[in-house]
Amino acid sequence: MFEAIAFYLFAFLTIVMFYITVTTSQALHALTALAAGMILISAFFFILGADFLGAVQIIVYSGAVMALYAFGMMFFDTTRELKEKKGNNAIIVGLSIIAAVLVVVIFAAPMVSTNMAAHYPMVADAGNTQEVGIVLFTKYLVPFELAAVMLLVAMVAGIVLAGKKMDLSLTLMDEAEIQQIKDEQNKKVLS
Amino acid sequence: MELYLYLALFSPLVSSLFSALFTATPKKQFIGIVASGLIILAFVSSTILLTHILSGGDVVHVELMTWMAAGDLYIPFGFVVDQVSVTMMMVVTLVSSVVHVYSIGYMDHDKGFNRFFSYLSAFVFSMMILVMSDNFAGLFIGWEGVGLCSWLLIGFWYHKESATWAANEAFIMNRIADLGMLIGLFLVYWNTGTLQYEQAFAAMPSLSTDILTWMGIFLFIGAMGKSAQFPLHTWLADAMEGPTPVSALIHAATMVTAGGYLVIRANPLYDLIPNVGLFIASLGAFVAFYAASMALVNRDMKRIIAYSTLSQLGYMFVAAGLGAYWVALFHLMAHAFFKALLFLGAGNVMHAMHDELDPFKMGGLKKPMKATFIMMTLASVALAGIFPFAGFFSKDLILEVSIIEHHYIIYSVLLFTAGLTAFYSFRLVALIFHGEERYKLFGIHPHEAYKFMLVAMSPLLILAIIAGSFKMTYFEMVTALLPATEYHVHSVAMYWIMTIGTQIFVILAIAFAYKKYAMSPVTVPDGTSKMENRLCYKILINQYYIPYIYQEYVVKPYRELSTIFWKEIDMKIVDASVDGIAKIFYSTGENTRTMQSGNLSTMLKWMVAGIVALLSLAVVFGLAVRYSDEIKVILSGLGVQ
Amino acid sequence: MEIGLNHYLVLSTILFSIGLVGVMRRKNLLMLFFATEILLNSVNIAFAAISHYYGDLTGQMFAFFVIAIAASEVAVGLGLLIVWHKRHGNIDLEYMSTMRG
Repeated sequence: MFEAIAFYLFAFLTIVMFYITVTTSQALHALTALAAGMILISAFFFILGADFLGAVQIIVYSGAVMALYAFGMMFFDTTRELKEKKGNNAIIVGLSIIAAVLVVVIFAAPMVSTNMAAHYPMVADAGNTQEVGIVLFTKYLVPFELAAVMLLVAMVAGIVLAGKKMDLSLTLMDEAEIQQIKDEQNKKVLS
Repeated sequence: MELYLYLALFSPLVSSLFSALFTATPKKQFIGIVASGLIILAFVSSTILLTHILSGGDVVHVELMTWMAAGDLYIPFGFVVDQVSVTMMMVVTLVSSVVHVYSIGYMDHDKGFNRFFSYLSAFVFSMMILVMSDNFAGLFIGWEGVGLCSWLLIGFWYHKESATWAANEAFIMNRIADLGMLIGLFLVYWNTGTLQYEQAFAAMPSLSTDILTWMGIFLFIGAMGKSAQFPLHTWLADAMEGPTPVSALIHAATMVTAGGYLVIRANPLYDLIPNVGLFIASLGAFVAFYAASMALVNRDMKRIIAYSTLSQLGYMFVAAGLGAYWVALFHLMAHAFFKALLFLGAGNVMHAMHDELDPFKMGGLKKPMKATFIMMTLASVALAGIFPFAGFFSKDLILEVSIIEHHYIIYSVLLFTAGLTAFYSFRLVALIFHGEERYKLFGIHPHEAYKFMLVAMSPLLILAIIAGSFKMTYFEMVTALLPATEYHVHSVAMYWIMTIGTQIFVILAIAFAYKKYAMSPVTVPDGTSKMENRLCYKILINQYYIPYIYQEYVVKPYRELSTIFWKEIDMKIVDASVDGIAKIFYSTGENTRTMQSGNLSTMLKWMVAGIVALLSLAVVFGLAVRYSDEIKVILSGLGVQ
Repeated sequence: MEIGLNHYLVLSTILFSIGLVGVMRRKNLLMLFFATEILLNSVNIAFAAISHYYGDLTGQMFAFFVIAIAASEVAVGLGLLIVWHKRHGNIDLEYMSTMRG
């Protein structure tokens, strides 16, 4: 019973939060609603017994990703209202509803095959984190390493794209040169 | 012996290709000499082969290589030199050599000198293929080749609209006849399984008369086009647009005789279907009279000679139709000599008179052009059939054949035509060479042709005179292959009455012609005289209005039909549908191009729409799989398997 | 009442369609990114639910990798957004239609 209450409560809240994200005209409200939605989703993970996943969701999504978005928000005039296109709401909503209905139909259809065996079955007595660790570092090792490399690449790309001019390497120059460059810059600014 | 066969066959080809190298360059004298030399080489080879065959040698048969070997069909490039083909070869190469040498002088001032020799030698090559081939397919190749070269040569002066029109007319009429010939060839192959002469003719007696009749009729239709029998005859008179040596070679001696050669070659077939033979003979007699009647009043020198050719072709077909093939071949040979001579003489006159063709505007040319005068007169005498010239032996033989076979109508038509022939030939000679010198009114100064041209014409003159004496040798040789029916009138008295009577009739006609045109004063008719306004004159001078009928009732409707097919069907339906398919693609691309607006929102919407479509497909598919049994029941209820 | 797999899947579908609405509707590029996050998260829920109800850890693995990828995507995407903003001064989709067909 508790599970049902929790499920419906969090489901309702999540839907409301995400609805606010896509329909509000205030950018900050959208950001806040998104962050709230992320946390509520992690609640689902906890309900489903995927503890590690839930923790990762909070840390990565509502922590790192939301922080990134918050930094991104600095580039706007957030007092201004977001102007929405005068798009055809009917088409948008209609398409989405149809897509949703179709997916539900597909999912609700009775499964055709009956002999489904789990690939990496969950062992009841070990904790979720332990199990995830075992599977992740043995069976999924290569994707794990690749994901790590990909994150590294993304980080470097983010720095390069967003950083200032980096043709001078401050650590390799000595004090006198750095002072010289600073004086030149100051001169330019002052004159 | 095979060497001579190859020489005779391929030297004209070498000559043609050699001359073809120089078609874009200005006239070079040596091309004419080289070409003539090669043709004379072919003539010498043919003569050697002729002596070989005459002395009882074996028939020379070579097979160069296989042309088609597909399934049951086997057609080689095979050539045979037997009695019939060696006769034709000799005639063709002799007349061609004379014409080549003559053309060096005749085409002296023409810009297309080199091109002319190329075409002329190509024609000789095609004709040699035609007569030397040992199967119907090779015959057909040569048939088409001479048709093509005839088109090239008639339209030699292609800037002239009339020349190109005449060339097209000749080629198209030949083509219409070739359809008949092809059907005949198909029938031969279909019923006998081969196109080789020997095997086909051996298989023919076992076929039904109906099939043989159709075969004979269709092959004769092909011969009708090539030899200009009625109703496919209008092209021959118009073909005079080409240079005179062309007329001498093609339209007197060689190409037009190809039809006769076909009938002679297919004599085993025509022996089996005497009804068709009778039809051929009747048509030939009709054409003989028809052409002679048109020549009576014509005012174009070359046209008169062309009608004369047409008339004599009729004689040849009478002989071939009545089964006297060797007589037909003999007349073909003799006719080639004196007709070519007549044409070449006419060429001399044309050159002298600056291409004037109306004999009424000439007259009294025997003084400046003595040699030509003698040659043309003697040729006309031979044509009229006066003893002892060549024409007597061949033409009178044909008259005898018709009497012996009891075809009295044909005999009387041919006899009357002989008189007409004599009349119009000497009308022409008298108008040109005798009487007052009317050409002075038009300010023309005639001169004789070059000496070497006259020397070139002399072999023809000699043969036109003495060819009759070859009759017995020829008869013995050629009847090894052709049916050897001797034609003797039963009673000696009747023979002498016939012969002498024919001679007197002919001589009277000549005298009448002389009296009317050489003795009495002649004026250039200008449309006002009583004769010109008589109905029969009008009919004859307009060639029985046949060209007019063809133009109005055949050519014009066909042209209308072609225009309809072009504008309505081809452009509106066929082109439109093809263009329409292209347009559909293009417009589809144009319209779907707007999907790529560059606007991310729009494109995302399209993406979602696509996803929805795919999901629907997945649902439908899944339902179909899930309920496949029920669907099968429903469909079988509706009758679909 | 018993919460079955279907409940979670329906929830996931609803969240997914909300994300679709956002993707189609928003004109501001940053808001578009927000909607993309919603899509990814809905899918994560579905994965985790299936993994729970079938006793298979594969679903959770997938969810991990989706999170990792989403994170790096956000990083690079924001970097590009910043560069665009520096160059053009706005991040409005209407002005970004240079790749027309």
